[in-house]
Amino acid sequence: MAKMKALICRECGKEYPTEALHVCELCFGPLEVKYNYDEIKEAMPRASVEAGPKSLWRYKELLPIEGGPTVGLHAGMTPLVHAKNLGSFLGLDELYIKNDCVNQPTLSFKDRVVAVALTRARELGYETAACASTGNLANSVAAHAAQAGMQCYVFIPGDLEAAKVLGNLIYRPKVVEIEGNYDDVNRLCSEIAGERRWAFVNVNIRPYYAEGSKTLAFEVVEQLGWRAPDQVVVPMASGSLLTKIWKGLNEFKKIGFLKDVSTKVNGAQAEGCSPIATAFKAGRDFFKPVKPNTIAKSLAIGNPADGYYALKTTMESGGAMEAVTDDEVIEGIKLLAQTEGIFAETAGGVTISTLRKLVKQGAIKKHDVTVAYITGNGLKTQEAVVDSVGRPFRIPPSLVKFEQTFGQQGAA
Amino acid sequence: MTKLRFHIRFPEEKIPEPVIYQIGHEYQVVTSIRRADVRATTGWMDVEFSGETEEIERAIAGLRNKGVLVDPIELNVVE
Repeated sequence: MAKMKALICRECGKEYPTEALHVCELCFGPLEVKYNYDEIKEAMPRASVEAGPKSLWRYKELLPIEGGPTVGLHAGMTPLVHAKNLGSFLGLDELYIKNDCVNQPTLSFKDRVVAVALTRARELGYETAACASTGNLANSVAAHAAQAGMQCYVFIPGDLEAAKVLGNLIYRPKVVEIEGNYDDVNRLCSEIAGERRWAFVNVNIRPYYAEGSKTLAFEVVEQLGWRAPDQVVVPMASGSLLTKIWKGLNEFKKIGFLKDVSTKVNGAQAEGCSPIATAFKAGRDFFKPVKPNTIAKSLAIGNPADGYYALKTTMESGGAMEAVTDDEVIEGIKLLAQTEGIFAETAGGVTISTLRKLVKQGAIKKHDVTVAYITGNGLKTQEAVVDSVGRPFRIPPSLVKFEQTFGQQGAA
Repeated sequence: MTKLRFHIRFPEEKIPEPVIYQIGHEYQVVTSIRRADVRATTGWMDVEFSGETEEIERAIAGLRNKGVLVDPIELNVVE
């Protein structure tokens, strides 16, 4: 029996074959992958995972592919850092940083979802990969498509910064700049996805693509010695990552890797784009879309596809949500860099400052085993911190001047 | 004949208006509501529009002119 049973509507439960479908034809609800967990439990003993590749593919039985992986063979198994310095600063005994700043090949967690999406897309016979993106997703799709020998189209808004465009062009995809505002770009991309036989990773391949995020839960459990954390703090853009971490933890319970899951799943957003966190704090079960205005561009999704499900997940798990200002985002980036030597992009600043708020509020306690998810590399968003990290000391090439500047500090 | 799916949101002041009915009369499109949640202060619908592509485009522009917000069924696809 196949490990993937079907695609299933998250709203009405109607089932579909495991093809490139993403919306229920009946109620227009989103589809997700349904698995045969009894089959997986037999095929995936813990020892086989531990003996598996040092990548996310060690969990391939719980990923939506039929054969072996063919794209993104090195994604995943990023470090779980016991953040003793940051933990001590915040008053936490067991704080861990899941560091996807060093994910391969494009230094963000998107390498996980794209590896899964394009492996599945090739199984389904697609020769062209596509996405609409302003940053990390475009980088990852372009890089993976290059490695896989697939044609690639990347759609970007016409006003995107030059550096970000260059980061995509290096992989030689067809980069299409679309004139118009965000809503125009968004709608056109959705329509193109419906017209062409392309693997549009976050549209028609989305049910498979999103499953890649579960590996951030799987890895943390294994790296903690096969135990679930008490608390996780997850940045939210579409909200999908947060829901899939919860799904991943519960799948490990279903196949017997965890006895119980009592993890509180906490969501983090920037105040300038916080539709989900705002709804949560207001006690609403629905969110109101917003026009993003924040330096945390990788989280700037004003009308998030999984916002409703993220709200539901956090409520179900007993977690909390918070939003932080742009100044707090920068402070969070600096705090992580200066305590743990990890330079995160703006989304990481959102996560760290949200973590700090939740600790202050008492939602996360001293003895809680806590994992903060850092999803992208700071080298990609240097412009966010350029004015807040000071300047180098500038001196003439003179030992006297050096000693005048620094005194005998540090002399042997 | 084209079929396109949209997620439509109503600002509070538009909730009492029969917007979908009006659009069906003003443009050559057939509307099929699949899911909806309309409350006192907020409302949304997932709707399929059938018709000629240009007429659907005109209907969408008409909805926007009425102050109704129209997104693809997938919501934001630019990540």
